[in-house]
Amino acid sequence: MFLFLLQSLVLCFTPPIKVGLFLRQIRFIGAQSLVVILLTGAFSGMVLGFQGYYSLSRFGSEAFLGPAVGLALIKEIGPVISALMVTGRAGSAIAAEIGIMRISEQIDALELMGLNPLRYLVVPKLLAAVISVPLLTSIFDVTGIIGGYLIGVKLLGVGSGVYFGEMANYVDMKDVLEGIWKSLSFSVIIVWVCCFKGYYTGIYTGFGAEGVSRATTQAVVTTSVLILLWDYVMTSLLF
Amino acid sequence: MIRLEGVHKRFGSLVVLNGISFEIKKGELVALLGGSGSGKSVLLKHIAGLIKPDKGKIFINGAEIASLNKKELESVRKGFGFLFQGGALFDSLTVFENVAFPLKEKTKLPKEQIEEMVFRYLELVGLRGSEGKYPSQISGGMVKRAALARALITDPKIMLFDEPTTGLDPQMSLSILSLINSVHKRLELTGMIVTHAIPTVFKITKRVILLHKGKVAFDGTPQDFMDSKDPVIRQFLGEEEDVI
Repeated sequence: MFLFLLQSLVLCFTPPIKVGLFLRQIRFIGAQSLVVILLTGAFSGMVLGFQGYYSLSRFGSEAFLGPAVGLALIKEIGPVISALMVTGRAGSAIAAEIGIMRISEQIDALELMGLNPLRYLVVPKLLAAVISVPLLTSIFDVTGIIGGYLIGVKLLGVGSGVYFGEMANYVDMKDVLEGIWKSLSFSVIIVWVCCFKGYYTGIYTGFGAEGVSRATTQAVVTTSVLILLWDYVMTSLLF
Repeated sequence: MIRLEGVHKRFGSLVVLNGISFEIKKGELVALLGGSGSGKSVLLKHIAGLIKPDKGKIFINGAEIASLNKKELESVRKGFGFLFQGGALFDSLTVFENVAFPLKEKTKLPKEQIEEMVFRYLELVGLRGSEGKYPSQISGGMVKRAALARALITDPKIMLFDEPTTGLDPQMSLSILSLINSVHKRLELTGMIVTHAIPTVFKITKRVILLHKGKVAFDGTPQDFMDSKDPVIRQFLGEEEDVI
């Protein structure tokens, strides 16, 4: 599994890069995930607005709602939920697509043409995810902050200047970078695990439609668990 | 050109190939016969280097295929053509794009020349007019013909056909076999055809290999095959029911 990742990463820096396939993946992983990211981002921010206000008001610290929402979203919730959403929407499709290509011998056909299947199936997805997932995470964060603003400021009466002013005081560039590093690593995990599970459909999961469905389930579950596990590792390293 | 020495392969407890040995000389076209599940497709995939044998050796032009590194294997495969049982066309590409794919990816031919070649081969397999369709929009037989055009367009030196005529009507089967025959003669193609089209396939092959229970049960001319009194062959031909 690590060799699969290593080979794919090496190919990312070895031309030729399949630009057409890369752009198609940007659209698939990035653009087509936008709606789900906007929705989950907005509602996550709104829930944080309610919960944050409820908790902070117990200590008379409602003024810190902005930083609380901002830090939670930028450092943790944004990267993790965005990655989980991309896994559910695009990762499952990636595993199923490559799995079907495996059982219908399309991957064998590529090999027999003397072409490296990883260059066609994995590299464009890896590059597209590395660009798309951090961008989607940023959109998630911004939407979440707006969601928190709507609840905290417009509904519960926290001052608008206080919400954003305190957020600016307490959220550093280091926090933003932490979120970006996390989402970058999550993007690699998503493509790596989902492509691997699809690529080796048959060997580990059995052939046929059942094999593909098993590979897809395994891809989503393994990726989700790895995202949370790696999130813990990165948080403890960057704390 | 192709030599197999004691090739063994098992999947779990199922022994698929149990000491297969034979040699195919340059320019020879061999029909590979056998019942369903007798390991014909697995054997072709061994020759193409897609599956490694558990035991035994496979030589292509003197080079043992299992010992080659990725680069050497890619260079050996440059001369290969393989028609998969299900066609293995790329779902996301049209028939035209599928047939053009190996030329686009592996050669530096100008676009116009690729276009001209693709249309020529589509004409040969009777698919002119279907070039804009996706594999999901055409019949199984058409998929197979498109796959054949894709396999032949690079002028391979070794061609492995996995059931090229299954799913085709008798007339189309005959025209596909005669196309294989003409390409075989024009390019001095070395090849192997897995087929159930007996005796039609004997019109283009001079040698038959029959696989039975993981072993070579017969290796000879089509005439000897048809005249053989071997119960395995008679049963394969559907003449005796209770021999095996």
